[in-house]
This record gives sequence, structure tokens and C-alpha cells, in this order.
Amino acid sequence: MIVERLKGLLGQPNDSTEKTLAVTVILCLACSIIVSAAAVLLRPVQAVNAELDRKRNIVTVAGLLDEGGDVEAAFANVERRMVDLETGEFTDEFMDTGYDQYVAARDPALSMAIPADEDIAGIGRRARYAEVYLVGDANEFDQIILPIHGLGLWSTLYGFVSLESDLTTIAGLKFYDHAETPGLGGEVDNPAWQAKWPGKLAYDESGEVKIEVVKGVVDNNASDAAYAVDGLAGATLTSRGVSQLLRYWLDEQGFGAFLSKLRQQET
Amino acid sequence: MDADTKKVVFDPLVDNNPITLQILGICSALAVTTTLAASLLMCVALTTVVAFSNASISMIRNHVPSSIRIIVQMTIIASLVIVVDQLLKAFAYDIAKTLSVFVGLIITNCIVLGRAEAFAMKNPPGISFLDGLGNGLGYSIVLIVVGATRELFGSGSLLGYTILPSVTEGGWYYTNGMMLLPPSAFFIIGLMIWGIRSWKPAQVEKPDYQISAAHNTESA
Repeated sequence: MIVERLKGLLGQPNDSTEKTLAVTVILCLACSIIVSAAAVLLRPVQAVNAELDRKRNIVTVAGLLDEGGDVEAAFANVERRMVDLETGEFTDEFMDTGYDQYVAARDPALSMAIPADEDIAGIGRRARYAEVYLVGDANEFDQIILPIHGLGLWSTLYGFVSLESDLTTIAGLKFYDHAETPGLGGEVDNPAWQAKWPGKLAYDESGEVKIEVVKGVVDNNASDAAYAVDGLAGATLTSRGVSQLLRYWLDEQGFGAFLSKLRQQET
Repeated sequence: MDADTKKVVFDPLVDNNPITLQILGICSALAVTTTLAASLLMCVALTTVVAFSNASISMIRNHVPSSIRIIVQMTIIASLVIVVDQLLKAFAYDIAKTLSVFVGLIITNCIVLGRAEAFAMKNPPGISFLDGLGNGLGYSIVLIVVGATRELFGSGSLLGYTILPSVTEGGWYYTNGMMLLPPSAFFIIGLMIWGIRSWKPAQVEKPDYQISAAHNTESA
């Protein structure tokens, strides 16, 4: 009966009101079925991709991934932990992997607004809980990987910094998402520049954050050469952004409290 | 293939190219051509969308009320674009990330709607599909040329393989930073249009308005 009714509707002249409505409804139904089927059927594959991409970024910054190596194998000795940035301690909140720090930063219940004078990274809000990754044994880790982000010239740079077990020496730095000028600020992706980071010192003896991207090339004979990294040519603001966001995340407002507690436990 | 079919598929490659003759779809041609890999993926995405949107619009063309025909076409195109976008995120995740919003923006690509309105509404599905394929390939040719030129001179590589070792990586080639910025695509497309029109003068448009020679009423 419905089929008959439909046939009757579609048999009407194209510009009649009923036919126009009928065509609209049928078309919308058909299209929405196709679109939602595609979204639902492909979601598991997409989730695997996104997860693999996240793991690849983490093992790359830690230098665990060889050229063409297997990401899952390299990730096997990386452990994910949650840190409460208010207390500076490990926490068991949000241990399920669904937590996204950058989504949580927009939720007033899970984040705090950063006072304008302290907001040197230009990020506005910060989530209370952050993910960190321990490489190696959980009690005697080789490296600790911290998520960092902040404003460059055009865009927010998202990345990871990895510290050696002394919690002062940088083991690696990598940004996985940004939209800086290709060829200038975009050179933060250049492996040659990223290779300048391992071995640099993030803190001086008194525990102050001292690491900085300097303008031009670092003078290796200078006393503070260990705290300085070559700037990117033609990208003063991106270089400054990287300095500022590192300072923010390594200092008290960021992971500073957590790292100093961790340091005390070790000694 | 008979002569008409051949004409439908091969005409848009050079003689009636959607970018160089009709000057459509320029926006995405500027945005995604910094690397050849991204250009190739965009070509596949757009060709798929325009071919299938032409075919499906042509199938229902006799039932589309003329008062809502544009919105019907847009609905079909938008659905196809979402499906293609989801497929790319599932099977070509890394490049899909670099294309980001530009796959979604295929919805507003003038070539897709242009072919739907100009061809698919008046012709049967088979030939409409081929027309979409031809126009998608015409778009692809331009994108591949622009993408290859920009990646070669901007980064010294093709598809990620180093061809001209750049100074920053210890080679001799000073990369041309402008090639990585959108305006360079304008210059390359402009040069291509110039080249094609010199080769095929039939494509040169008549000036819309002839500036008349100044006429002097005061006789000297």
C-alpha cells in the first residue's frame, strides 16, 4: 500500500507541492542512511589509526622508533600514567584511555583558567589532569614524556618533550600538530633541528627553567650553551613560542611541581 | 568507445579543462598542492566525488523538482564528500590529516556542482559518470603539475624522496620558500594557462570590452 502511495506521489508532475516534499523526504532519508552507515562502519578503523598515530608520536620523541620499525612493539615498554597538576602527584583518575587533556581543558569542571600574566604559552585554560608516559620500568624509568602545547606565530603547537631519568636532561622534543609557515616556522618538523635537543639541560643548578631557543646559532664555548638551542632562521616568533611553552610547562604552573616531587623521591 | 564518449572523457583534459579554461576549483588547487602526495590524494577524492555525484544525480534527474534542484544536488554531493572523507580517515590517515578541511570543502568546489547542473541533469547516468571522470582527471592533471613543481622547488623532493638535496640537510640546493606558500600556485597555474593558450589559440577569450582608440576632436 505504501509502495502504491509512493508511486502515486512520484507519478505527479515534478513541480507539484506533494512531489517536492516527497522527493525531499526520500532523498534526505537515503543520504542520511549512507552517511551514518559510513561513519559507524568505519569508526573502529579510524580509532585504530588515531591511536597508532598518538603512539607513534610518543615513541618517536623518546627515540624508541627505528626507521620503518613497528610502533606497537616500540610502545610495549611505555607506560601511561595520569598526573594531577594541582598536587603534583600521580593519580588514578581517568586511567581509561578515553581521556583527552585538550578536550578537558575546555571543560570548566576539569580545568582552570590561567591568569593572563602567567599565560606565557598563550593557551588560556589548562586541564587539571595530564597524561605522562614512562619509558622502561615504572619505578626506575629511563625517560619521562610530557605533553606540551602553546602558541607559535599562527597556530598552537602540540607536541611532547621527553626528559632523561635525572629529570633535567632533555631526551627529545617533537611537535605533531601545528600550522606554522612552511619552510620557516614549519621547520620545527625538521629532523636536523629536532636532533639539536637531546642532551640539552632544561633546568639550571638552582632548579629554575633555563632552556631557551636563542636567536641565531648557539656559541658552544659560552657557559650556558647547554641551556640554549639554535633558533629557526626567519621564524623568530615560532622560536619564541617554543621557548615560552617549554618554560610554562616545565615551570611551577605546568609539570614543575610534579617533577620536583619526583626528584625528591629519587634522592 | 565511440567518438562522442571519447569527447566527453578527453575534452576536459586540455581542450575544456575545468581549471585552465573554465577557471573553476582554484581554491583547492592553491591550498593542497604543497606536496605531491597531498595533491594526488585530493585528485582521487575529487574525481571520485564528481564521477559518482554526476551518476547519482543523473539517475534521479527526471524526478527532481526544478524549484529545489540545486539543494538536491548539494545534498547528494555533501553526502558523497562525507563518505569519501570518512574513507580517507580510515585508510589514508596520515595524508588525510594534512588535507584536513579541504576534503570537506570539495562540497563547495565549483567543478562538482557545475558538472551536476550543466551535464548530469540533462544526460543519462553512464555518460554522466564518464563526464565526471573526465573533469576529475582534467582537474587532476593541473593539480599534479602544480604539486610536483611546488614540492620539487620548494622542498627539493618528490613524494618525499629527495631529488635536489637542500642546504639545510647538507646539500647544495637553496629551497625556494615562496613555492611553499599559496601565491606560487597562482603563478604556476597562470603560466600553465598562458602556455596552453599559446599552444591552442582557440581558447583565448575575446576581450569583453574593447577600449576605443582615443578620438581627437581638436584637429591640430
